[in-house]
Amino acid sequence: MQHVFYLFLRRLRAPIITIISVYAISILGFVVIPGQDNLGNIWHMDFFHAFYFVSFMGSTIGFGEIPYPFTVAQRVWATISIYGTVISWLYSMGTIFSLFQDQNYQRLTRRTRFINQVKRISEPYYLICGFGSTGSRVAQQLDKHNIPSVIIESKLKVINELATDELGLKLPSLCANASDPEVLKIAGIDNDLCVGVLALTIDDQANLAIAINSKLVKPDRLVISGTQSKATTGNLASFGTDMILDPFEIFADHLMLILTQPYKHLIYDIFINPNHNVWASPYQDTRGSWVICGYGRFGRALEEQFKKHNIAHTFISIDPKGYNAPFGTVHGTGTEAHTLQEAGIENALGVIAGTDNDADNLSTIITARDLKPGLITIARQNVRTNKPVFKAAAVNLIMEPGRIVANEIYMRVRTPLLTECFDLIRLQDEASSRTLLRMIANTMDDEDLDVWTLTINEEHSPAITEAIDEDKTVALRSLDKDPRDRELPLPAFALMLKRGNEYRLVPPPETALQKGDQILFCGQHQAQTHMGWIMRDHNTLRYIQTGKVGPDGLLWGWLKGRHQQDSGAQS
Amino acid sequence: MNREKIVFAFFIMLALTLNFGFFLGDIDSPDHHSVYELYAAIVVSLIATVMKLGDRTHVGAVLLATSLVADLQLIIAAIIWGVMTHVADGGMTTYAMASIVSLSAGALLANITSVVLLIVETMTVRH
Repeated sequence: MQHVFYLFLRRLRAPIITIISVYAISILGFVVIPGQDNLGNIWHMDFFHAFYFVSFMGSTIGFGEIPYPFTVAQRVWATISIYGTVISWLYSMGTIFSLFQDQNYQRLTRRTRFINQVKRISEPYYLICGFGSTGSRVAQQLDKHNIPSVIIESKLKVINELATDELGLKLPSLCANASDPEVLKIAGIDNDLCVGVLALTIDDQANLAIAINSKLVKPDRLVISGTQSKATTGNLASFGTDMILDPFEIFADHLMLILTQPYKHLIYDIFINPNHNVWASPYQDTRGSWVICGYGRFGRALEEQFKKHNIAHTFISIDPKGYNAPFGTVHGTGTEAHTLQEAGIENALGVIAGTDNDADNLSTIITARDLKPGLITIARQNVRTNKPVFKAAAVNLIMEPGRIVANEIYMRVRTPLLTECFDLIRLQDEASSRTLLRMIANTMDDEDLDVWTLTINEEHSPAITEAIDEDKTVALRSLDKDPRDRELPLPAFALMLKRGNEYRLVPPPETALQKGDQILFCGQHQAQTHMGWIMRDHNTLRYIQTGKVGPDGLLWGWLKGRHQQDSGAQS
Repeated sequence: MNREKIVFAFFIMLALTLNFGFFLGDIDSPDHHSVYELYAAIVVSLIATVMKLGDRTHVGAVLLATSLVADLQLIIAAIIWGVMTHVADGGMTTYAMASIVSLSAGALLANITSVVLLIVETMTVRH
């Protein structure tokens, strides 16, 4: 890696040598050329005076002819020297300014600034490679929770937008190819503070390179990678990438959840989307066939899920043979009425516009709704800025690949237990999910839902570990009471308890806490602060458990002890 | 043939020879040491230094250091000369002249080191 300073010095060599040479010749000239003093004697300027004179002449300050008025020969030499020195200065300045304008120099300066910015980060950060629709969302979500991230993106336009503060993010960012190990190194991939690497470029090979690099440097560190093909997914999994995200697979999976197990999906959606709004109420009839426009990666992911759940579906593709579409696929774009009719839109339950062209998708949705009002409409939105149009079209469900991946990543980064919790929820039946959903709805009480993890250990909950050390039982119920009035419950409940390798969904309130327990709570945000008090302050914990407010200091404790003894002796 | 190397060798060699010429003579006799030679030695030595600015090779960095030492010694010698002839009463003394020449001798050592380094580098590269 080149250093800017050395480049600067190297470029300055020629100008500096020019200045030195011109000055040396001018000075020598003044020393050699004879002058006259006031009395008309021959006088030779010495080196000191010559240097003095040339110094102020060269910088065009001009103090006049000193110490004696010049002779004609000296004036001729002074004229020549003035032009020589001024030109050499202009040349040097020109070189410096052109260096500052130089693309290479600017690239190096940005790189150096980036390296310094990364070095200055003093808290755990995430390295985000690829600042597309997914990367930018993740960075924004992390930034909202004051988690720093470092950005590498190959498109200069994106980096410039970030630098000009259009997103309001102040993050170290570098325009470079993230699959280059040198680039990853200066972004701090072997830095201990880099707690996670997110490979979210649009290029699968680059994602692979980033993930492998990170796993080689630090095998234990979290690596999340986006993927666009099954082959890459397998490859990524083979060396232990922690989370591999294919937006199309995830969406197809969620869609099936909506159609077959709506309660589970509602729970999921409440946690993932703070302002969630789902069309598929569990009371709706979701049986029927579907028309799907576009048979590419998204189409294939949908096909797999539809087949698995035996739901009838028909594809519309512009090139069924080229994409190797299944038998019965209708040839066409899906934007015209006759192709939709051919695919059987009149008898369909819903339509999915899943091409990679937003305008086509919207057109399909509108045409289909004209043909059959009341149709369930699902559209894929590829470009983030098209959101208002899709909203205006009142599409039932918008599938936005960037958002889906960003949500999954954010969930994993913020509350890793939540991912495990969803795995458990998926295993249970719909009836229990319905009960759980009701619990969540009651707790939320129209406020925003928050999720957080509590850990029972000395660092996070000293009051509780102290009580456990004294052989006192602390029940899970104790965490869930208002420290100001223990009769009132906090608006939160324990969603999951993790003890060692065991998981328990909605643990009963009487469960006795043990050291090392991790509890996933969900509820209103304010409850989290109150729980912090109970976990850290042993007086608060004692009040919650016994209802008594004890003395804080040693003196009061001693006095109270005496007082109790006295009263005991009297009675 | 590397033109940059030739030019640099020329300047570093010239700095040595000029300095040696200045140094030659009785140490305390102003008649034996020409101010023009000192001037030329300073200018050439400065140019040689600038030519090594921003050189990231190991030998280049050492050469930059040795020629900076030579510059420093020669410039101090020139300052003493200037002070003795213009500022101090009574003009140049034998004591001041001796210290000027010994400073240039120091610079000469630095110049010799530079040339030796240059020769070593040339030998290793050419083999």
